[in-house]
Amino acid sequence: MSPPAPVETRPVRPVGPLVIAIEGVTKLYQMGEETIHALRGVTLDIRRNEYLAIMGPSGSGKSTLMNMLGCLDTPTSGKYEFNGNDVAAMTDDELAEIRNREIGFVFQTFNLLPRSDALRNVELPLIYAGVPSGERHERARLALESVGLGNRIHHKPNELSGGQRQRVAVARALVNRPSIILADEPTGNLDSKTGVEILALFEDLYEAGNTLIVVTHEEAVARHARRVIRLHDGLIESDGHVY
Amino acid sequence: MNEILKMAFGSLGVNKLRSFLTMSGITIGVFSVIGVMTAVSALRGSIETGLSFLGSNMFQFSRFPAFGVNGNSEHKYLARRRVSLDQAQRYIEFMRGSADVICLKAFANGNPLVQASYGNHKTTKGVTFGGTNQYFLKANQFEIGTGRNFSPEDVDLVRPFALIGQEIVDKLFPSENPLGKLLKANDRTYTVIGVFASKGTMFGGSEDNIIMIPISRFLMDFGAEQYSVNIATESPSQTQYNATMEKGITAMRVVRGLRPEQDNDFEIYSNDTLIAAFAKVADVVSSGAFVISAIALLAAGVGIMNIMLVSVTERTKEIGVRKAVGARKIVILTQFLVESVVLSVTGGLVGILLGTVAGDGLAAVLSAEIVFPWGWAAAGVVVCTAIGVVFGMYPAWKAASLDPIEALRYE
Repeated sequence: MSPPAPVETRPVRPVGPLVIAIEGVTKLYQMGEETIHALRGVTLDIRRNEYLAIMGPSGSGKSTLMNMLGCLDTPTSGKYEFNGNDVAAMTDDELAEIRNREIGFVFQTFNLLPRSDALRNVELPLIYAGVPSGERHERARLALESVGLGNRIHHKPNELSGGQRQRVAVARALVNRPSIILADEPTGNLDSKTGVEILALFEDLYEAGNTLIVVTHEEAVARHARRVIRLHDGLIESDGHVY
Repeated sequence: MNEILKMAFGSLGVNKLRSFLTMSGITIGVFSVIGVMTAVSALRGSIETGLSFLGSNMFQFSRFPAFGVNGNSEHKYLARRRVSLDQAQRYIEFMRGSADVICLKAFANGNPLVQASYGNHKTTKGVTFGGTNQYFLKANQFEIGTGRNFSPEDVDLVRPFALIGQEIVDKLFPSENPLGKLLKANDRTYTVIGVFASKGTMFGGSEDNIIMIPISRFLMDFGAEQYSVNIATESPSQTQYNATMEKGITAMRVVRGLRPEQDNDFEIYSNDTLIAAFAKVADVVSSGAFVISAIALLAAGVGIMNIMLVSVTERTKEIGVRKAVGARKIVILTQFLVESVVLSVTGGLVGILLGTVAGDGLAAVLSAEIVFPWGWAAAGVVVCTAIGVVFGMYPAWKAASLDPIEALRYE
């Protein structure tokens, strides 16, 4: 990857109100006889319009933290508030609603529905939000235009390149105007040139006022973020502007 | 809901062959019950709207019941004495004044099959061949086309005369006038004295492929010891019907030499009893088809469940994605349930269509009226929906309960 400009020269936007407040969160897994402490007490605040990278070796609790932030999982103990709502106590359906309205996911393997065209993939969160079809088409089309795929809206995933697929996934993450965009190794399945394009897209999203959380093990990716959190053994090792 | 339906059809379209095979189980189950029910109700409709087995105001005595669910092999019937020509003639004597139109008849039992010939012309084997008297026409709604009917003397004098149907004329006398010609039937010779006017078909059998000779001659040539005479009596009017039948039964008991405590050793049928007997047969056939269909549908339901479980496993990742972007449990559950219902109802609709076509086809062959079994079709749709829901519930529930993290990680 091409080295990004030194952090001092890049604009850092003023942060907004608190979106995520995590306090003393732990997560235990029972693996047969063994109890695994995936998180041992993590405390973290994330504000609107931050660009955050979460790093850490495998087994550090990175994935668990990401699942927790994405409201796919709830903590064993500790406090997790999302926009002031207590997520830790929510039911599966309430979590689904939070994911639908507040979180946009971007996955390493894109995770598009293979049989649906780009437009339909981007519409998916809006379908579950109950948005009427006319408005849905329009918003999905605009989201695809905003990631530069306005001319590919009726292509199926297998008719698109890897970079284009990830753009569709980003459009899907954006379409419901979520509070945070949560990207899990977004460049992991892309060649370096395409990876740079996606990171440039993220930069644009950040400039436009979105909140980005990128989980990665690549320093080169993390370097684009304005704030980097390093996890080790279920605890936050460092938090700050490292570069 | 609209969106869910769209998704269901979309994903069923992906595995067209698999969906088709799964549906065909349901189709077969529904087809068999709808086919039989359509045919039965078409026949029943025809019978109840005026078709007569016997002429109007007629009742008939014979040794065996008309329709036997268990065949006529029951000991009770086999043990009965034959109704002899002598008994029949004494019956006619008794009834003189009460009923004058009394048709006697007996038909060749097919051992051996009857084949008629004239010169080099031959009929197929299995011509309807029997003996009767001058009232055959009236009792069976036949008419003479050309020539003459039997006279009482033809019967009394055991004359070797024959009345033949149009089909026999076509086969044996394609270019000749049959009247007065000698035809051979199983090595016996008969003189053609009349030709029946053509009647067409009834219940799939031609009524024109027939040769009738005097009953006395028939019993002489084919063996009186083998045959029992059927006696069909016409009441002079509808109002006297019951009284005439009562008198007839008494007369039969007298000629059969029954003591008062003995049961009738003959069957009595009228149009009503024949219709009832047919209805009984129809009920047995219907319930048979019903049981077979129930089993077929059960098997098909298990098939749907199986294919839906496979589908859930294959689409674990898709389910994970849907959940990640905010699909609630009930939405996933509904999506898969709709898929299984669409499968089974589509299969059911095809079965209803095919079953109706087959049932009505059969009805048409049997010259019965064409019907559309609305009630059975509606029941079919309801049952198929229920099958879709019942057998789709577990796979759909399994899909809805998947952990989104596990599902997303699934490869």
